[in-house]
Amino acid sequence: MPEDCIYIARSSAIAARALAGEMMVMNSANSTFFTLNEVATAIFQAADGHTPLREIVRNQICEQFDVDPEQAQADAEQFVAELAAHGILLVSNQPLAAETTR
Amino acid sequence: MSLMSEVGQKAFNLGVPLAVHLDVTYRCNERCVHCYLDHDDHGEMTTAEIKDVLDQLAEAGVFFLTFSGGEVFMRRDFFELVEHARRLMFNVKIKTNAVMIHEEEARRLRALDIDTIQISVYSHRPEVHDAITKLPHSFERTIKAIRFLREQGLRVTIANVMMTVNSSDHLGVQKLAAELGVHYTLDPTITPMMDGDTSVLALRIPGEDLPEIFHNPALVGSQEEFCAPPQPPSEEDLEGYSCSAGHSFCYISPYGDVFPCVQFPLPTGNIRQQKFLDVWNLSPQMKEVRSIQAKDLTVCSSCSHVTSCTRCPGLAYVEGSMRGPSTADCEKSFYRTGVPTANMLRQGLSKPPGRVPLIQIRPIAMPA
Repeated sequence: MPEDCIYIARSSAIAARALAGEMMVMNSANSTFFTLNEVATAIFQAADGHTPLREIVRNQICEQFDVDPEQAQADAEQFVAELAAHGILLVSNQPLAAETTR
Repeated sequence: MSLMSEVGQKAFNLGVPLAVHLDVTYRCNERCVHCYLDHDDHGEMTTAEIKDVLDQLAEAGVFFLTFSGGEVFMRRDFFELVEHARRLMFNVKIKTNAVMIHEEEARRLRALDIDTIQISVYSHRPEVHDAITKLPHSFERTIKAIRFLREQGLRVTIANVMMTVNSSDHLGVQKLAAELGVHYTLDPTITPMMDGDTSVLALRIPGEDLPEIFHNPALVGSQEEFCAPPQPPSEEDLEGYSCSAGHSFCYISPYGDVFPCVQFPLPTGNIRQQKFLDVWNLSPQMKEVRSIQAKDLTVCSSCSHVTSCTRCPGLAYVEGSMRGPSTADCEKSFYRTGVPTANMLRQGLSKPPGRVPLIQIRPIAMPA
């Protein structure tokens, strides 16, 4: 999948809430519970289904956290793959329906 | 410390209401012999009011939301409320008797990704369960509903309230839970009715029967650990707090009254008159609850059980002081370990005194 075409959306199966800048996420299907750090939280919150991951990394991560774009992109792709494996994020090379944002 | 415990501690330290128990109605289709609620509708919140409350709770940082009652499915808008809660990304648990859950309701609950559904089952014998609920065929309907929910892959917990009329049935209910593939919890707590009538307390099992429960590994896990004698408290222990009530947890009634806990009937405000966060942050009663450290407890601070006791400040409040002892918990600590509590020793008792009132919820009077 070309990296420019990665779209991510939050799964509707999850529960999520920010606590002091970090996102708590729970998948009700298996009760797995995660907390996301600030960078991961920024990606999670921007996962609207129609903004390409590269754009999220450029606008949300590189600007806010002053990190190297290539390294940030690689880290973001790894993070997205991990959360997708846990059913937290949906990943596609086509735009996805957006999930509720809070 | 588990990740969940770390998050709980963080919310506790920050004063974030991580979990809320919301009763959406006190109406019910069962008339359980031990129930403390007045089932008449005295003006419960409307759909719009509850949706607004849910919006406010999400803004306040609430993550774990329990819908309970009464019987939640007595509200025709219940699914609308759950759908709204899930759109706000709460982790939702539901407490119900399940008699109104059929295949279609089970499918809808699955589609809403409910975390857990807790269902009351009083006996594995239909005649005993139905005699407690006073609803004919309720056992059959409840068990059928549990099967529908399990077919959908939903997580179900059977909650077994233990009282005199079903005290010999908990092993049978445990076995039934295993057959159904669901979790099981046992609760020996019986509470006075909302109007102050304490006659239901006659249903409480005698304290002498508690050791049988406390020494059952299937219920308490490691018996050695659970029944271990109390350890002397450290200075740090004495600067600790009793529980999460008012710190990271609260209860909201169907009339909008906010309490520190469902077992702590101290009125702190009403969300029909104030914003939730104003009640949570500014209520003098909430602040007082939050201020109480173990060292401030009038009797318990000198008790050997102070670090391991399940002392409930709400039950202590009902007994007379939120800083005082909760006799029901003294009883549990004694029967768990065999070591008398400070509360018993000061009264010259070698064993607990017997039945005591536990809880009473009184709605806040609304202005005319």
